[in-house]
Amino acid sequence: MYGFIGWTFYISLTKSKLLPNYEFWGIHQYVRLWQMPRWHIAVENLFIFTTLFIVLCIFIGVILSIFLDQKIRSEGVIKTIYLYPMALSFIVTGTAWKWILNPTMGIEKFAHQIGFENFQFDWLVTPGMSIYTVVIAGVWQSSGFIMAIFLAGLRSIDDEVIKAAKVDGASTFSIYTKIVLPMMRPVFMSAIVILVHLSIKSYDLVIALTAGGPGISSDMPAVFMTKMAFGRSEVGLASASAIMMFATVSAIIVPYLYSELRREQDAK
Amino acid sequence: MLNKKKVSRIFLFLVLGIFVFYYITPLYVMVVTSLKTMNEIREGNLFSLPNSINFESWKIAWTGRGEGTSDVFLKPYFFNSLKIAIPALIISTFLGALNGYALTKWKFKGANLIFLLFLFGTFIPYQAILLPMARTLGLLGISNSPIGLILVHTVYGLGFTTLFFRNYYVSISDEIIKAAKVDGAGFFKIFFKILLPVSLPILVVTIIFQFTQIWNDFLFGVTFSFGENAPLQVALNNMVLTSASVKYYNVDMAAAIMAALPTLIIYVLAGNYFIKGLTAGSVKG
Repeated sequence: MYGFIGWTFYISLTKSKLLPNYEFWGIHQYVRLWQMPRWHIAVENLFIFTTLFIVLCIFIGVILSIFLDQKIRSEGVIKTIYLYPMALSFIVTGTAWKWILNPTMGIEKFAHQIGFENFQFDWLVTPGMSIYTVVIAGVWQSSGFIMAIFLAGLRSIDDEVIKAAKVDGASTFSIYTKIVLPMMRPVFMSAIVILVHLSIKSYDLVIALTAGGPGISSDMPAVFMTKMAFGRSEVGLASASAIMMFATVSAIIVPYLYSELRREQDAK
Repeated sequence: MLNKKKVSRIFLFLVLGIFVFYYITPLYVMVVTSLKTMNEIREGNLFSLPNSINFESWKIAWTGRGEGTSDVFLKPYFFNSLKIAIPALIISTFLGALNGYALTKWKFKGANLIFLLFLFGTFIPYQAILLPMARTLGLLGISNSPIGLILVHTVYGLGFTTLFFRNYYVSISDEIIKAAKVDGAGFFKIFFKILLPVSLPILVVTIIFQFTQIWNDFLFGVTFSFGENAPLQVALNNMVLTSASVKYYNVDMAAAIMAALPTLIIYVLAGNYFIKGLTAGSVKG
């Protein structure tokens, strides 16, 4: 695996087009990469997607997990429903949402039929908006899982803490915002790392839902990389973009793993 | 006071209910659409129920219309996926168990470093290994074959399976192992006689996790195989993206449900193990 990454890194420093070319070419591929408007669109989209995806997933995850923790009777059933999307592939998710968001046959038609004649919902085919449909589907797929992580975190907090705060007269809201959530900082960290990781790898969902379109408006680095490598025969350029992705993931994961290991050692 | 409590309780259920609706709607839409005829789809809307239960589109999605080459249907690809998923699952799980065992019970110099490399390996974006992997498969002469994909999934899955077993075996007492070593039991004997029999819970978690990963994979499938060797998710995507003049949404939905069914069934039957795997796989354990 690490050998492969080294190979990719080296190729990113060469002139490779259709076939690998081992002649050294310095950082030219990276310069080319950052001069391509298309790469900028991809990075910008990744930024929009990652930000919204993380914020929404965590927001929904926190709210649902706290609500579910209030001794709900049908908790098991509700949890099953919240989590099942996680068992589906991104391709299935994309296929389903593509149909629901279909501008002529989907939600829009439903709204027309129940009387909202002017209702318009065509994000899927609108450049600049299609990336948000990817967010909707992505959040649908992953937020239940974040809820499960937070729920596990909530359950591990000592009940005594909450009881003591109640005795002191704190309201439920302030117990959660002032005591419980700050205690869950490690859970937040894990959730963010998972979500960043998921969103940088997000390829399948974009392909199934919008295929990067309309045009190239919902391209993401992962999509860009495969298109360059297999569609345009720009192996060097594709490698450069893959290394950019790898570096981004590493920049987030390495400090995280480091702090996790430190914590483990401290616990010993 | 009691009234206030009641109000907040109702609010709670309302929010939970809205989200139940949000999560369940796509599944509902998929199922009803797959049971409708195209006429019903054109006349009705997303949420309307079919006039009669009609499994025609399921049949078409599974075995096709019998219209020659442009006809894409899922049956052969379903078995492709099984052919890839099952061996890859067995090999990566077994090797992961061995790795986990060696890393915890035969502490050697650098074991922690190796574990760290495995751990980091689970976070590597697929794209970073895609090109050299394609090249390697080509050199080995196993590109575009189930064997190639089995190898890819085994290599990529090894990080996860090692992680699972390592974290599980760490908590097993070293005393028993030491005693067995004193009695002269070797590396494999200890593994098969002592560790494997107590590994059932983690085995189930790993198998479910790996199966879901491999079954739902798209990128490796689409990169390393084409045509009739493609796995199911690739076939599903091709089917949906087909440029045919008439789109059969009901067939698309039936196909999507079929592609999701194996993992959904596992999830319903073994939900707890499933969640444990996901959590352990991404949070380190």
